[in-house]
Amino acid sequence: MSQSTGSEVEAVPPGDTARQTTPLVVCRGIVKQYPGVTALDGVDFELRAGEVHVLFGENGAGKSTLISLLAGAQAPTAGEILVRGQPVQLHSVHRARGLGISAVFQDFSLVPQLTVEQNLLLGAEPRRHGFLDRQAMRREAQAILDRLGFAIRPTEIVQHLSRAERQMVEIAKAFRTEPSVLVLDEPTASLTERETEQLFALIHRATARGVGVVYITHRISEIRRIGDRVTVLRDGHVVATVDGKSTSEDRLVELMTGRVIQDIYPAVAHQPKDVVLKVERLTSSSGSVEDASLEVRAGEIVGIAGLVGSGKSEVGRMCFGLEPVASGHVWLHGQEVTGLAPSALLSRGFFYLPPDRREEGLILMRSCRENMALTSLREAPLRRGVFLNVASERSLVQNLTARINLQPARPERDVGSFSGGNQQKVMLAKSLARPVKLFVFDEPTVGVDVGTRVAIYRFIGELCDNGAAVLLISSDLPEVLHLSHRLYVMYRGRIRAQFSGADITEQNVLRHFFEREGASSMEEASA
Amino acid sequence: MNQEARAEKAVGAQSTAARAVRFVQHLFVRLGVLPFLLILALVVFTALSGNFLTTDNLVNVVRQSVYLTIVALGQMLALLTGGFDLSVGTIVALTSVVGATAMAAVSTASPDSVWLAITLGCLAGIAGGTLVGVTNGIGVAVFNVSPFMMTLGIASVGFGIALYMTSGMPVYGMPSQFGQVFGFGRFVGIPVPVFGAVIIVALTWVLVNRTALGRYFYAVGGNIKAAHLSGISTGRTLFLTYTLCGFLSSVCGMLLTARLETGEANIGHSLPLESIAACVIGGVSLRGGVGRVGNVVLGALFIGLVQNGMNLARIESYLQTVVLGVLLILAVIADQLRLRMIASMRD
Repeated sequence: MSQSTGSEVEAVPPGDTARQTTPLVVCRGIVKQYPGVTALDGVDFELRAGEVHVLFGENGAGKSTLISLLAGAQAPTAGEILVRGQPVQLHSVHRARGLGISAVFQDFSLVPQLTVEQNLLLGAEPRRHGFLDRQAMRREAQAILDRLGFAIRPTEIVQHLSRAERQMVEIAKAFRTEPSVLVLDEPTASLTERETEQLFALIHRATARGVGVVYITHRISEIRRIGDRVTVLRDGHVVATVDGKSTSEDRLVELMTGRVIQDIYPAVAHQPKDVVLKVERLTSSSGSVEDASLEVRAGEIVGIAGLVGSGKSEVGRMCFGLEPVASGHVWLHGQEVTGLAPSALLSRGFFYLPPDRREEGLILMRSCRENMALTSLREAPLRRGVFLNVASERSLVQNLTARINLQPARPERDVGSFSGGNQQKVMLAKSLARPVKLFVFDEPTVGVDVGTRVAIYRFIGELCDNGAAVLLISSDLPEVLHLSHRLYVMYRGRIRAQFSGADITEQNVLRHFFEREGASSMEEASA
Repeated sequence: MNQEARAEKAVGAQSTAARAVRFVQHLFVRLGVLPFLLILALVVFTALSGNFLTTDNLVNVVRQSVYLTIVALGQMLALLTGGFDLSVGTIVALTSVVGATAMAAVSTASPDSVWLAITLGCLAGIAGGTLVGVTNGIGVAVFNVSPFMMTLGIASVGFGIALYMTSGMPVYGMPSQFGQVFGFGRFVGIPVPVFGAVIIVALTWVLVNRTALGRYFYAVGGNIKAAHLSGISTGRTLFLTYTLCGFLSSVCGMLLTARLETGEANIGHSLPLESIAACVIGGVSLRGGVGRVGNVVLGALFIGLVQNGMNLARIESYLQTVVLGVLLILAVIADQLRLRMIASMRD
């Protein structure tokens, strides 16, 4: 396949029902500039009544910016937005709601201490004689939930709900006002298969009523399931708008990344040696992992694939002593290390890269230098007696800055002032500041652009070539498929399958991602 | 051509003004409010009183600020880790009472060995104060009590103990040499307490900037989870934070006892507020992870300067506390403003 360039328009089929009326929403020449960054550069977008229009693209391509403009959270720098043919100024979320545009964002807009019904009717509480009408509130909330088929009690406190349930409340909140345009930002990211099915049924019912849905997802299987049209964004431009059902996966990925897939993943030789990490029948106290056994050898990359909530992340966290272990064992180089603290594991050559760099990975208001050196302050050469050896810290950091290609190469600046990709690089650099034999990477490329992604894959490949053992935990399926020499698939806290070499294919892996009933429909979809 | 040149000139003139504004902004973002407040205070108090800007008075300001400086350094450690210590005043009072009582007791038992009494008294006082810090540390680090509740509760406990021990009366009977040397003594013309403060400032600077523990204070306050994942024992770090804060406060307590020449349970009331104010005015973030020793010292000196200036200008002491509270709130507002400017500069 050739490198695709510029914007191209492929055959755009009309919506199923061939409504030739005015589109619900039209964006023309939308430009959104932040100081120093152009997030959107002349984007045209159209949403018809009764269609599901998928926005597809890398992180940072401009999807989130576009929907925040549609939802009225931000104003465009240039260009116009038409709703039902009328030019409008969406200067606030309230205004957008008034025009029938409702958005469900990823970061929750719920008040955790309030109940489900209080949240659902927040800002629109039914009143009688100036006081809250609690019965009417209960009735309305129950009606919304019933209509959507969500089995959530309206009196439940939101912070006691699971992530998926909170997501459902969030969706219910968007449906409260009977919107004509619904914006959904990765709504299935934390839903189970069954809940996802419910949501899809809901979307179908909504579109049948003529609601237009803007849908952001990274999952190609979902595009197959519900996407009528797909608009692919890259670097703030619309690359193409294509048919959701007939466009091949390779084509979509190529449009999204602007390059052919083979470029992204380095070929890493598989030279397994001694077992470095051995996990035996590990069960977590929270029940998120049951009876998981796996091993990782020096000189190989072992992947763990699975949905969000399958327990794959918790396996890594338990190994690194971050989550309580109920039973089972973890061995490092033949020594039992079950339940040891991170400091003890680090000194044994075990490095863990957390999935959320802002939450757990970095100290954002401190310099890159301090962050990089943090894991190795207690050892030579950074330690000299009771003091820090500031000179050798400087030279170490200078060295690391060059090795990870930090952009801009100014390690004295706060980490928080760097882009997501560079922050990720700083986290990786922490692992290079000390001798490490086992790397556990949990979502190492979350929220980074393709360029950095390629750099990170190279980095992981080099670690393995140099004889380190690598455990790669990732929700990004292509990533684990291409990089892993061996791959475990987790489902509902259990390791369900293991593949190696040529058996690591999307078909094989996806078969174990979902429940049996779901698996067959998945296969159909990806066939 | 001509038009272009003119346009360029206009842009140039505009950018000179803009550059000046940006320079002030830059200074503000880099240094915080403190330099601006210092200049303002100097101008105002020089105008209000002719005696303000004299060498004698400024030395006086430094000597008076010693006590606050030492406590503020301890407070800074707590703030760096994202907490604070409301019991610093109690620690000062308890140290004073315990130290004076012990010193007086030894002095009565063997009146000839003056320096033994002073040494043992100081050790007892500092040990007592540090023990309060240790208690805070255990509460915060082991039992996960919020620093607010822990230090507030301990402040009440410690104050009660100090009052109970003395029935609210001053403790007399310390050897007079103690006050003569550590309270009023001079060495090469410089007050002894100032020497003590300089040594403590230097040691704290080294601790914070040149040891792993110092780096860990910032890491724990900046992101405790990331610190834990980087192999830092966060519990140990927090424990040492409050222990060191207690130690520094108790050193201040002994120096203050020497100055007063009695053990007092009623001192240090204003220290929690003043030490937090000194830190915040010196640019220490209330959210943890940010702060410098030098700026905290300047913050403490600034508060000393304002108090001294107000005394010279004959402002009533009740009004002085009003001014101090207002300054603290202004400093926090300025800190917020600064954060917003940093954020906007980043975009």
